[in-house]
Amino acid sequence: MSAAQIMDQDAIRRAVLRMAHEILEKGGSKDLAIIGIRTRGVVLAERLRKAIKDIEGKDVPSGILDITLYRDDLTMVGAKPVVRETLIDFDITDKRIVLVDDVFFTGRTIRAALDALVDFGRPALIQLAVLVDRGHRELPIRADFVGKNIPTAKSQNVRVFLGESDGKSDHVDVEGS
Amino acid sequence: MTQWKHKHLLGLQDLTAEDIELVLDTARSFKEVSSRDIKKVPALRGKTVVMLFFEPSTRTRISFELAAKRLSADTLNIAVSVSSTTKGETLLDTARNIEAMNVDLMVVRHGTSGSPFILAQGLKCSVVNAGDGCREHPTQALLDLFTLKEKFGRIKGLRVGIVGDILHSRVARSNIWGLTKLGAKVTVCGPATLMPRGIEAMGVEVCYDIRKLIKNSDALITLRLQKERQQDKFLPSLREYGRLFGINREKLAEGSSDLIVMHPGPTNRGVELSAEVADGKQSVILDQVTNGVAVRMAVLYLVLGTKPGTEG
Repeated sequence: MSAAQIMDQDAIRRAVLRMAHEILEKGGSKDLAIIGIRTRGVVLAERLRKAIKDIEGKDVPSGILDITLYRDDLTMVGAKPVVRETLIDFDITDKRIVLVDDVFFTGRTIRAALDALVDFGRPALIQLAVLVDRGHRELPIRADFVGKNIPTAKSQNVRVFLGESDGKSDHVDVEGS
Repeated sequence: MTQWKHKHLLGLQDLTAEDIELVLDTARSFKEVSSRDIKKVPALRGKTVVMLFFEPSTRTRISFELAAKRLSADTLNIAVSVSSTTKGETLLDTARNIEAMNVDLMVVRHGTSGSPFILAQGLKCSVVNAGDGCREHPTQALLDLFTLKEKFGRIKGLRVGIVGDILHSRVARSNIWGLTKLGAKVTVCGPATLMPRGIEAMGVEVCYDIRKLIKNSDALITLRLQKERQQDKFLPSLREYGRLFGINREKLAEGSSDLIVMHPGPTNRGVELSAEVADGKQSVILDQVTNGVAVRMAVLYLVLGTKPGTEG
């Protein structure tokens, strides 16, 4: 399958830094917390947390969300996806939560993440940060912070590679036609 | 990571080490769910789980029921006293009638070894064995393995002693399968009359000296002495059993201070364990109960997730 590189390491670094600035511009760091959706959302959330610390000098709490148990397609898949731990060791109630994922596609992952989050408490506000928005939403959900909008055909695949999770240098590919 | 391919969970004898590790890893995630304020996830929403218990059970039935409810499944309890088997209906007919109401999974406990196999062969829905006769009690062994892994960080190389009525114990058999598959060194200990002949073929050592076992173990799984099975005079008296194989503070002091004591419950205090050991800091009996819910959540999640006909 043919693959075209859409973002390289530098583009990803700049996108994360810009999103960190936008997150701070849109509400500062007071009561802010960053939660990454497994797997690559966690890596990006950690990078955003570090960028916010560099800009603001303040460490904001961060967490990891596994949405497997909240998926609405569990009965449609043959073998079940592996469940991993959710690690949120702070109270999310009244916090401004920035939810982080790598690719924003149908919106079903984010719906599941919203369901999962409200089981942990009642945040004051939930915002969404994604590295790539490729369109084709099936639910009325939008992102607040976007690294790059990539118009795609539904048949194409967008693949994000990050050093921490994939052991490869950072890049984003679009596969297929 | 390996994928779960089994439609049923009938025993640990049928599982690979990878299957067992998958259950334990999945259970670790489910333990987190039980520690939340809202102890419920929608993973099995719309599924119906039936508890078909032909033998008395409080702990296992409640544990399965809580596990199913925490995954948002609907549950139904059928006790033997109100079941039509008391009117002469066969086990399979009873189960088929329940299945005809479109249930997804049956958790079965039965006094006859092999009965979950009969049901698994005759039903379209999934079957989970919650204890069959003297054969297997897979979820108890899985929760024991989970507890051991939680306490020691590993199973491989652990020295585990299983003490008591090995002959009649389905807990012992499932634990032996599970522990040996994961690389633990298992020694069984108990009265010679309650030791099955040829048990060494299962990959375990036999020891008749509880003090020696305590000195050489990292963990002891003590078994409930089934008083109902002792009428055939396997033992001179419970008192003598308690004196020879029961674990008290004095005997326990001969082992490592890191040694943990486990028991599947319910405990006969003063027989298998003295009260001070059962309630002591080396006892992990209540941790086992807590972990039981997480392990059963993992089992229900994995078993209900596969399509029919994918039994491996």
